Amino acid sequence: MVIYSVYIVSKSGGLIFNHDHNSPKIEVEQAFSYPLNFTLAYEKQRVVVTFGQRDGIVVGHCLVAINGVPVTGKQLDDGRDVFEVLGNSENYPINLKFARPKMTTNEKIFLASMFYPLFAMAAQLSPEPKSSGIEMLEADTFKLHCYQTLTGVKFMVVAEPSQAGLDSLLKKMYELYADYALKNPFYSLDMPIRCELFDTNLQVLIEQIERTGITNV
Amino acid sequence: MTIHNLYIFDRSGILLYYAEWNRLKQSGITREEEAKLMFGMLWSIKSFVCKISPLDTKKGFLCYKTNKYALHYFETPTGLKFILNTDVNAQNVRELLYQIYRQVFVEYVIKNPECNLKEPIKSELFKSQLDAFVKQSPIFGLKSY
Repeated sequence: MVIYSVYIVSKSGGLIFNHDHNSPKIEVEQAFSYPLNFTLAYEKQRVVVTFGQRDGIVVGHCLVAINGVPVTGKQLDDGRDVFEVLGNSENYPINLKFARPKMTTNEKIFLASMFYPLFAMAAQLSPEPKSSGIEMLEADTFKLHCYQTLTGVKFMVVAEPSQAGLDSLLKKMYELYADYALKNPFYSLDMPIRCELFDTNLQVLIEQIERTGITNV
Repeated sequence: MTIHNLYIFDRSGILLYYAEWNRLKQSGITREEEAKLMFGMLWSIKSFVCKISPLDTKKGFLCYKTNKYALHYFETPTGLKFILNTDVNAQNVRELLYQIYRQVFVEYVIKNPECNLKEPIKSELFKSQLDAFVKQSPIFGLKSY
């Protein structure tokens, strides 16, 4: 059982806290001969696969290393251009390493604020009166639980579909938030949470839930 | 247990069919507007799920639950979207959606030469067959309002 990450979104929809607990690494390294049987493009400061999904290399994965030399942007760390290296048949056979791109902080902020309208629309499209927004969202690779407090702060957790005890985790997180963020005289409301005590206690809580599925804090 | 309503969208977002059984609250907007809102929400949820997922998704979004209802989503490889709203305790709704697709939609719409797949479905046969199919499902339950 794995808990991937937790998010706290303020009542105005901005991300105020995020913690990546356990992010799985998806990497594929393979040797290729000339010419490459898939296409790559430079998008959003990464070299990504745009066509030709095969053997664990999926469209959207980005190139992280060539022959063990890390890639930053579209340059290798030794200063060569990725597309020049790949375009030259003398460099083959070549060893390429692909990975699923990690979410950047900007993307996390973007996603957190994207949940807000989804939450509101789910309540509006309800076939029953007085429905809340999304409390649980399930996909094939993860499930997301959301708890909205009376003051409008949303606590979200992303975990494996088999993970138990997520609702109690969210309630406990709210307690920790009240104890270590709100009662902290240096914390101002709706601002990003930077409190050491909150971080350490949350870490302990998540690890406990992950191991046992229940809390006794 | 109960089933509230069903939406069928084609790949471009046209509402092919809508049916409701135990719907207790209307959204307060026209059916057309509601369909657009629903399709827009699902589109956003799909992209949200793809981005927030820690692993590569295959089927992607499956369902969400609020305190009052659950929305179940099934998409065929051709992009047809089946959306069924039920109560929160319903089990195996995905299987029911698949059967609706296989036993009702394919049989009475795809195999019907009179049905144009780009327009809302008007077939009375489909309507009655779907209604009967949903009503005999254990998820539909005996609860009546």
